Amino acid sequence: MRAVDAVMECLKAEGVDVVFGLPGGANLPTYDAFYDAGIRHILVRHEAGGGHAAEGYAKATGKVGVSLGTSGPGATNLVTPIMDAMMDSVPVVFLTGQIRTELLGTDGFQEADTIGITMPAVKHSEMIVDPRDIPRAIHEAFHIARSGRPGPVVLDIPVDLSRADIAYQPVTAVNLPGYQPAVEGNAKQIRQAAKALAAAKRPVLYVGGGVVSGDAAEELRALALDGHFPVTATLMGLGAFPAPHEQWLGMLGMHGTRAANYAMDEADLICAIGARFDDRITGLLSEFAPSAKFIHIDVDPAEISKNVPAHIPIIGDAKRILPQLLEEYRELGAEKARLNEWWSRIDGWRAEHPLTYTDSTDSEIRPQFLLQSICRATGGDAIITSDVGQHQMWTAQYYDFPQPRRWINSGGLGTMGFGLPAAMGAKVGCPDQQVVCIAGDGSVQMNMQELATCAQEGIAIKVFIVNNGYLGMVRQWQELFWDGRYSQVDMGKFPDFVKLADAYGATGMRLTDKNTLEDDVRAALATDGPVLVDVRVTPEENVYPMIVPGEAARNMVG
Amino acid sequence: MTERGTKDLPSLEELEAEVGRRTGRKHILSILVQNKPGVLTRVAGLFARRGFNIDTLAVGPTDDDAISRITLTLDGGVHPIDQVTKQLDKLVNVLKIRDLEPADTVARELALFKLTADSATRAEVLQICEIFRGKVVDVSKRSLVVEITGTTDKVEAFERMVRPLGLIEMVRTGEIAVARGRSET
Repeated sequence: MRAVDAVMECLKAEGVDVVFGLPGGANLPTYDAFYDAGIRHILVRHEAGGGHAAEGYAKATGKVGVSLGTSGPGATNLVTPIMDAMMDSVPVVFLTGQIRTELLGTDGFQEADTIGITMPAVKHSEMIVDPRDIPRAIHEAFHIARSGRPGPVVLDIPVDLSRADIAYQPVTAVNLPGYQPAVEGNAKQIRQAAKALAAAKRPVLYVGGGVVSGDAAEELRALALDGHFPVTATLMGLGAFPAPHEQWLGMLGMHGTRAANYAMDEADLICAIGARFDDRITGLLSEFAPSAKFIHIDVDPAEISKNVPAHIPIIGDAKRILPQLLEEYRELGAEKARLNEWWSRIDGWRAEHPLTYTDSTDSEIRPQFLLQSICRATGGDAIITSDVGQHQMWTAQYYDFPQPRRWINSGGLGTMGFGLPAAMGAKVGCPDQQVVCIAGDGSVQMNMQELATCAQEGIAIKVFIVNNGYLGMVRQWQELFWDGRYSQVDMGKFPDFVKLADAYGATGMRLTDKNTLEDDVRAALATDGPVLVDVRVTPEENVYPMIVPGEAARNMVG
Repeated sequence: MTERGTKDLPSLEELEAEVGRRTGRKHILSILVQNKPGVLTRVAGLFARRGFNIDTLAVGPTDDDAISRITLTLDGGVHPIDQVTKQLDKLVNVLKIRDLEPADTVARELALFKLTADSATRAEVLQICEIFRGKVVDVSKRSLVVEITGTTDKVEAFERMVRPLGLIEMVRTGEIAVARGRSET
């Protein structure tokens, strides 16, 4: 059988039902195989759109996403999604075409050293040198992408090898002696963590994206409720604990709530679960949580004590560890009353510093009001994707995520242009869900072209552009930290998004009136097919509160 | 070291001491890797990306065709050695990492020194060479090439001795090392 037909067999064996890609010279054989392989292929307009769509699909479904591109520019266009998937631990397999082996290293047409270019951005990568290796390599790629701490895997297949004839034998097991991710947590350490939790007077559960990707939200909720622990989450962890909830402090970090950041600041014990103490969380590291001891549960040993020393590290899968931790904790019979004082301190912060903004007195739409309207209109029940910037932070602050895998954004890399293609991928993976993209007027233009894909394929995403006419987050920083010298942040009035939507074959709308906003949002959500809504909001609204870069969390402003 | 999974719980003090441990001593990491294209690039790239400086690096085959050994040294006073080994361990092609204890390790490097040696200095050079158990591997009217094998300290001591006499150039392999005793490195 042709090697590319074996590729199709392997994809099917891995349960792949849809891929996102764009053909070119170096993957023509692969596309010939797709012609009648029975795998849905979504033809994107730009490889980056396909890569982010595969990420959105993976984040929404929990399955491995697949993205394809040809050699050279096809592969280099995938670099951003690859790095994005690395930073946010998204399981995606990238299949890139490569030029003929005899031409490698000669600067051949559309040649790029894909493995070399992507090496710092992948969990693993391999260039095929023998076509008989292809089935093994594909199954290894899926195994590595989805297990342990998930991440991107790149397989680079030279075009001549993909046409080769091989004797295909289904692969039943992978053998990777250098790759054995830890699963079970150490029992003694789990007991030690339970004791620490039982003894803590001011504990906080600090939850990251690992709880979402590790499908451990139920287990987390059980532990939190049983111990009556306060819970906060990172940008990536939103939805891991149901919001709103009396034990939910809101997001922490740079634009988190004061209650969450102050609780971290005064905590005597912080239990980090699938989180990595990123600089957007800690603020000034030397001032971070000065009174706390740390339990750190993570599947990646290299995260333990990378930024913050862990007193009780537990390496393994949160889904397995949390129930054991809960069981050990229960046996200790800790009195919930010991947390009363802590809760009244937290309640004081919550009462004194709720998330707030000054609403307009006329019909102008505040971006926060827009997000609240979208939250109400969707009943909190949609899959929400976002781009990167102010609108992303307002979504994280004002949209309550009741469950995991409903919030899909680019956290680590902060990729503008992520939201629209990610929504497309999420909708393909979850066709019965309402999928909404919250975009910025700057970000959305970075992968706008995928609206054509949505129109052609009937992928009914609803895109709300929080249009303030600026690269808003940069403008905010220039206002606050650069004396208001606005340098290259004014996006003007272009393009006309409504006309653009029409040109792409989607429905365009423009919303400018606060008084009818929620109804208008509902109308947009109820419109068939892809919809692009240009919502004109207050141009110079800032995201608050905020940890000023280089400052301690306790000195939040705004 | 770098056994997989979570080890038994050490005491709090041990953990605090362990965290970001900068030992101040030189570390010799002996790394077994799959003999596949690009593995050295992955290891070297990881060091560059994470800001770890490699002092010396030596790569060669092992008794198993499918496996190569990378021996590299770095300064434990500059880098948290724990982060270095954990990040290395994440590379799929890396099979095993051992942070060799200096006391339980035999380490050697080979250096070639090209020295000026005319009739005035040749005798002194040869004398130093003998003290260091060096071998003269090339000789011409006005120069010598000396081969020195030993620990880095020894090589550096030799360098200090011959430099004033006229060092033309020096080529070093970087250290390779093997654990003492019966157990495998």
